[in-house]
Amino acid sequence: MKNIIEINSLNKWYGDFHALKNINLNVKEGEIIVICGPSGSGKSTLIRCINFLEKFQKGKIIVDGTRLSDNVKKIRQLRSQVSMVFQHFNLFPHLSILDNLTLAPIWVHHQPKQQAVDKSLQLLERVGIRDQAEKYPNQLSGGQQQRVAIARALSTSPKIMLFDEPTSALDPEMIAEVLDVMVELAKEGMTMLCVTHEMGFAKKVADRIIFMDEGQIIEQNQPDMFFNQPESERLQLFLEQILG
Amino acid sequence: MSVFKAEIQQKPPIASVGIFAWLRANLFSSLFSGVLTVSVAYLLYLSLPPLANWALFNADFVTSSNTECTRQGACWAYVIEKIDLFIYGFYPAESYWRVQLAFALALFIIAFMRLARGRQWRFKAIILAFLMYPFVAFVLLYGGFGLEVIETHQWGGLTLTIVVAAVGIIASFPLGILLALGRQSKMKIIRLFSVLYIEFIRGVPLITILFMASVILPLFFTEEMNVDKLLRALIGITLFQAAYIAEVIRGGLQAVPTGQFEAADAIGLNFIQKMSLVILPQALKISIPNIVGSFIALFKDTTLVLIVGLFDVLAMVGLSSSDENWLGRETEGYVFVALILWIILYSMSKYSKNLERRFSTEHKI
Ligand SMILES: Nc1ncnc2c1ncn2[C@@H]1O[C@H](COP(=O)(O)OP(=O)(O)O)[C@@H](O)[C@H]1O
Ligand SMILES: [Mg+2]
Repeated sequence: MKNIIEINSLNKWYGDFHALKNINLNVKEGEIIVICGPSGSGKSTLIRCINFLEKFQKGKIIVDGTRLSDNVKKIRQLRSQVSMVFQHFNLFPHLSILDNLTLAPIWVHHQPKQQAVDKSLQLLERVGIRDQAEKYPNQLSGGQQQRVAIARALSTSPKIMLFDEPTSALDPEMIAEVLDVMVELAKEGMTMLCVTHEMGFAKKVADRIIFMDEGQIIEQNQPDMFFNQPESERLQLFLEQILG
Repeated sequence: MSVFKAEIQQKPPIASVGIFAWLRANLFSSLFSGVLTVSVAYLLYLSLPPLANWALFNADFVTSSNTECTRQGACWAYVIEKIDLFIYGFYPAESYWRVQLAFALALFIIAFMRLARGRQWRFKAIILAFLMYPFVAFVLLYGGFGLEVIETHQWGGLTLTIVVAAVGIIASFPLGILLALGRQSKMKIIRLFSVLYIEFIRGVPLITILFMASVILPLFFTEEMNVDKLLRALIGITLFQAAYIAEVIRGGLQAVPTGQFEAADAIGLNFIQKMSLVILPQALKISIPNIVGSFIALFKDTTLVLIVGLFDVLAMVGLSSSDENWLGRETEGYVFVALILWIILYSMSKYSKNLERRFSTEHKI
């Protein structure tokens, strides 16, 4: 299958700080990739480069045949292909759940309103909160908000979904409902890059797990090899800590 | 619903209600507040009765001139006779209905806004009303389209005060938003211009701006174009107010979390969409109290237009009390004008509290 994302010797600095060091990564269509690593290792920075929320100084990223560059038009096209789910949901608090979902279809994709509403309600159905459509974000629980955020990310019919620690701001009892939605998505063949420390999720759906440290990809492997035969010492240490 | 009915109704213990408990909690909670309460009560005792005597019990209400105001108190007959001057200035009496209609329309729109929340078509109606109203009001007040033209030098009194304040408030708002965005712009020249403009204006008193507007603006126009005196003052006030609104809105913009900017970017909105659909609604909501505070300050400042030869409601006091029938009745005039201005400003501040509460219960951040 063809590569939908190609990242070649990507380097990124924040001022003098070298945040990403020579990253190479190819992602196939429909592949599920889990990225883990200690905090500050550059996981967020990496996936934020893929939809150009962060600029980078060296190397290249090709998404679905288009090379990322400063071209504003191209970036906006890219962003309807690549959606992002944030750790803190970032729903629009002044808009109802339904309006959160129809915003991009109506304004970016110029869909007729009724069509956008119908599709948004379907998406809400899919994440199990169709009945909350008229409420505002602050009236929902954290788990529900994150499911709305996933539905909003899906509203542009993206080919790729990026998740940046989607469950780490949630109370423990709400994590499962969000992961369930993500598992469903994975089964439907979505290309996904998930920064997460939910190793159960990784074992269940990941095609590949990537371990990052200090701005580098240290090791990557399919799940059983990743957990059972970690090569580098750093990964062994990390797994010990995280799996207890 | 019925679940809650099972709760046992309990009355609060007797000591925490009733007038004594209230007095204790609010007026005598400590020695200091007790002393304060007693001294304030004493001051009121000293000042209220004479004030009431002057304003009500010893006042004259129906006389035809100063000399007939023989009682010791206020001569409200003067205010009553000059009331048209206070409200309409030198506007021709047969056209008062035009002023009344313009203000009635404005009140109608404000009342309508309350009813319209959440309704899609009404929302559009409000936007339309907002865009149309300035033109309608202008035609009503000034003339044209078959209405007799009433030049702006005939405008005055409360009408003029409200026109100046309203134009200043409405016109400065979009300008202020642009300046606030300009100050945060990535483009250096735009940012520099916005910063210079805002800091310059905020460093200069309104009086100076008004003088400059009435003296310097005409230099840019030819003799025949002779820009209207009122228009010059309006331009000056708008330019002045925009700088303050810009700073208030900038504060609101900074209070919007970065995650909101990122989410708006991530779903592919362009800059204008991101600002108008996502960021500004939140920033403005945060800024409501400060925006209204700034408008209230502007409303008070409008009394300065006297300096450039416009006669607002305050200026009417001096003018009407120099009438030989009513010489020396400034006190009544000033008290009356103070009362009017207070009513208007207090309503504005109440209205803003109301807006805040409505927004915050409808959907919090
Ligand atoms: N906007 C920024 N400015 C400066 N340094 C940053 C910025 N964002 C992230 N960093 C730094 O880059 C490194 C990687 O950050 P990040 O990608 O957020 O790590 P992770 O998501 O793996 O915890 C960290 O050391 C962080 O301090
Ligand atoms: Mg992170």
